Amino acid sequence: MAVRRTIVGIGNPRELEEALRAAYYLADEELSTAAYLALALGKPLLLEGAPGVGKTEAAKAIAGVLGRSLLRLQCYEGIDAAAALYEWNFPRQMLALRQEGAGQVDIYRDEFLIERPMLACLRRPEETVLLIDEIDRSDHEFEAFLLEFLSDFQISIPERGAIRAYQPPVVILTSNRTRELHEALRRRCVYHWIDYPAPEREMRIIMMRASGVGERAARAVVAAVGRLRREPLAKLPGIAEAVEWAEAATLLNEQGARWPEAFRRSLGVVLKDEDDLVHVAPRIDAILAEAQA
Amino acid sequence: MIDSVIDAARPIAHFLGFTALLRRAGFAVAPEQTMAWLAAIELLGPTGIGDIRRAAHATLAPPPERFAEFDALFDAHFLGALDAHLQSEPSADEPLRAAEDSSVGPEPIFGDETRESGAKATGAERLSARRFAPGDEGETLRRFARALPSRVPRRRGYRWRSARGGPGTDARRMFRDAMRHAGEFIRLRRRKRRLRQRRIVVLIDVSGSMKERTQAHLAFAHALVRAADAVEVFTIGTRLTRITRALRLRNREQALATASLVVADWDGGTRIGAALGAFLAIPRFAALARGAALVVLSDGLERGDPTAMGDAVARFARIAWRIVWLTPLAADPAFEPRTAGLKAARPYLDKLGDGGSIDSICANVLDLASERAA
Repeated sequence: MAVRRTIVGIGNPRELEEALRAAYYLADEELSTAAYLALALGKPLLLEGAPGVGKTEAAKAIAGVLGRSLLRLQCYEGIDAAAALYEWNFPRQMLALRQEGAGQVDIYRDEFLIERPMLACLRRPEETVLLIDEIDRSDHEFEAFLLEFLSDFQISIPERGAIRAYQPPVVILTSNRTRELHEALRRRCVYHWIDYPAPEREMRIIMMRASGVGERAARAVVAAVGRLRREPLAKLPGIAEAVEWAEAATLLNEQGARWPEAFRRSLGVVLKDEDDLVHVAPRIDAILAEAQA
Repeated sequence: MIDSVIDAARPIAHFLGFTALLRRAGFAVAPEQTMAWLAAIELLGPTGIGDIRRAAHATLAPPPERFAEFDALFDAHFLGALDAHLQSEPSADEPLRAAEDSSVGPEPIFGDETRESGAKATGAERLSARRFAPGDEGETLRRFARALPSRVPRRRGYRWRSARGGPGTDARRMFRDAMRHAGEFIRLRRRKRRLRQRRIVVLIDVSGSMKERTQAHLAFAHALVRAADAVEVFTIGTRLTRITRALRLRNREQALATASLVVADWDGGTRIGAALGAFLAIPRFAALARGAALVVLSDGLERGDPTAMGDAVARFARIAWRIVWLTPLAADPAFEPRTAGLKAARPYLDKLGDGGSIDSICANVLDLASERAA
């Protein structure tokens, strides 16, 4: 196991937490520890959590802290090697052959290779962070293939042979946990379960992310959102929704709406499902009153 | 030299003791995770017990729903906060045994085995043997077996293969063809994903309340195993028993007779939640349910803890592709789940259907592929 104690001047979890804060991401101690360990041990970081708790944001912030570009691979049902790894540029190969006529031409040169995120990350491990987003949406076969990739950081192209990263790349995987990932995949990664933030931290996130939201409004939003997350809703409000709600309500308030009214009118920002709105409607006044108290 | 190795090993032993404790409590901890944990502890300093705990969370990766249990074990091991029930018997929450029909022929091995034993039964279980006679559902099952191959649920495979029509162009192949024709592309080749059969996992309730039906259910399972490629059959009662291998025998009477010998808990009580939990706790069994169509033949009358049943079904819902629960009680069109267990499980089921007769069970299984909503 190749251990690197210090990465871009970050030598412990606390320093990483500070660097992430400078990148406008408030990480708790558990997350910064997991992320630091993943970087130091050269292992992939697996982030699981409900939708909207900031998994993808965390990956972006980490890439920002490292000063690397983020290669994002969005998973979907049916994703295959051509979308994840590489593809040959057949039209260009054909043109090259035509142009050359009778002469010899190597059609498996780099210029005919279309890089997809995983290959790009292997070839430039020191400049990139690979984000494999929502891996729970992909098929089992892709997961198995990913396992192979993550254990050796190597892929093989039949026409070219194996391509191997000369240093372990930084790989971040996220999952919404709509299905369980293979044990083997979890085993290979450093794992962190991102939960909804504690009220105090969520308030700081809202104040940091939203412009011009007062402390009272932020506190009320956090309390109301926390209350809504305990309801049996189809789609629980995430952090982004909380931020938007605070912003929207503040805007309405500046235009003259009174406080509970501003929250109620901007409810569509936070609940985006008709059934959820109907479910909450009879009690929304009580929830808002309680949140403002 | 040797002394220094032993000196270094002494503090490590305490950490290894914790991973051993985790394994006894049913957490899957791989050696590479243990190594990562030790490396992580060294990296972090460690400056306190918090570092060791956070490193354990990150590298040993307990599933989120077992965080509390994990932390309790951690406290018990490192802080000496001994929780009475944890101390008594680490695996006490899993008294349910899994048995396998290892008597019949060799079988491919699916993965790493952990705990499964044919350990002796407790007094609470009612173990009994039973003989089967062929019923009169032969014609229905023959029709079912004929119809099944064209209607099994399928999934798209990962690999492409060339085909007459399909969503993708087979550029690689066109290119090879072009070489043969002086660089001219003559035909557009297409390709598509290969379709593969989804595994069908059948769980048959053999408890007392299902007594009259178990024989017909086994006959149905036999027809299914014979007709489709990837099928796994288990019985659940007070134990979990895998009977797939017994049912592979061609002759039905023979197959059912063999199965009846393997199953030890005929007509006993029902602890469906515990049986499902045991299924999921054995990694190679749980792997069988991954992406599979799960068919449960049970009335859902749970004597154990109904929340355990709900939790187990919820976990199945995250692993399996689709869960169909067929209960004889649903033969009545006005049927509504009334038992606490089935009520807890209901939100996670894709379908709660009629399992009152072999005809309706066959029809439900044939409809597996067509009913997928999303």
